[in-house]
Amino acid sequence: MTALQALALVLVAIGGGAVVFTRDPSRQAVVASLFGVLLAVLFFLFQAPDVALSQITVGTVALPLMILLALSKIRQGEDS
Amino acid sequence: MNLFPFLVAVWLAAVGLYGVVTSRHFVHLVISLSVMQASTYVLLLAVGYRTGAKAPVFADIPARSRIVDPVVQALTLTDVVVEATVSALLLALAVQAHKRFGTVDPDELGALRG
Amino acid sequence: MLFLPAVLLLAAGLVWAVTELPAFGHYSGVYGLTLEHVALGQRRATDIVSPVTFDYRGVDTLGEEFILFAAAVGCAILLRSQRDEEVTEAASERAAARAEEVRRPVRALAAVLVAPAVVLGAYIVAHGHLTPGGGFQGGVILASATVLVYAGGQAVAFRRVSPEPALELADGVGAAGFALVAIGGLMFGLAALHNFLPLGTQSQLLSAGMLPLLNLSVGIEVAGAVTLIISEFVDQTLLRSRRR
Repeated sequence: MTALQALALVLVAIGGGAVVFTRDPSRQAVVASLFGVLLAVLFFLFQAPDVALSQITVGTVALPLMILLALSKIRQGEDS
Repeated sequence: MNLFPFLVAVWLAAVGLYGVVTSRHFVHLVISLSVMQASTYVLLLAVGYRTGAKAPVFADIPARSRIVDPVVQALTLTDVVVEATVSALLLALAVQAHKRFGTVDPDELGALRG
Repeated sequence: MLFLPAVLLLAAGLVWAVTELPAFGHYSGVYGLTLEHVALGQRRATDIVSPVTFDYRGVDTLGEEFILFAAAVGCAILLRSQRDEEVTEAASERAAARAEEVRRPVRALAAVLVAPAVVLGAYIVAHGHLTPGGGFQGGVILASATVLVYAGGQAVAFRRVSPEPALELADGVGAAGFALVAIGGLMFGLAALHNFLPLGTQSQLLSAGMLPLLNLSVGIEVAGAVTLIISEFVDQTLLRSRRR
């Protein structure tokens, strides 16, 4: 296991903890996006470019977007 | 340490589970669920890795080189897109729950009302 | 709390389980090692993950695609509802006002990036069997091209480039297309999902039999499903009522 892979694994472990321990959902969406980028880097280092491409498009664009849209709908419901 | 990726996968699963169980907001729960899903991706790819092997794309490497296992990569890449759609379904459920019951706290949505 | 000992027990069980795995980097499964030698010759596709997804493990992908379809339809069902009129009018005014507030650089950037995103998505879908990519990744990139229109502040234009019936049509056509290509094997007297198109020469765009067809149908379906989900959420935030 190369040093780069070990570093990426440590960053992913820290990122996973950061995502869970961020309690505010709108901040958590941004942290989840960053976690997606870290995961994509790890997948590249594991010689898996297909999976990394999937993870980049989904985990950094589609998923945080859906989270923020759901949150704005919930907040709108609370205001009215 | 030749067990380190698997331990990271176990840690991600445990931390994600902790987030799901102790969550006070539905959206926080869905995002912690995605951390748990990430643990399965790390585990699958770590199982298929071969030291010194290349990515399973023969477009620019000679046809006889060693490659990492392509089967786990195929399973993981469809998994990534599909689980994001399932998370979207859960978020839609959260929005509807808020509209019906006025709360997004999972603990308060305990009893099923007939 | 009761949770902490339970999760420690689970973690201990998982750690004990992973110690039984072969060491990291010493993969020894027979399936992968066989595929390494035969996949390139059998399918003439240079990206080995693509024939594994659509050919060797095609049944798994068929199941996953229908999960995607069902989740998109479920989102659409959950988020559609009736709204009263005054709330709708206020929402349309808010949408128009919001379009004015978005800063010019953001709108310019979004407008500039839409066409390259569409081309990139189409490229990745078309070259799925040659280089890393394929229907799933390219479909999400195509969906994000329509999302750029929304991010540029043009919620009304978003509805125009992704009308509801077209998205449902795309979703259904993609899912049905995959199933039909899979059944096509049966029609030609072979097993389902069996390759029935000529394999062609390696590294050409139209090689690897029915892999480009499957990539195309998956790309259409994923783009339609993801855009449908996002447009349902956007409709929720804009409280737009729908006349049926």
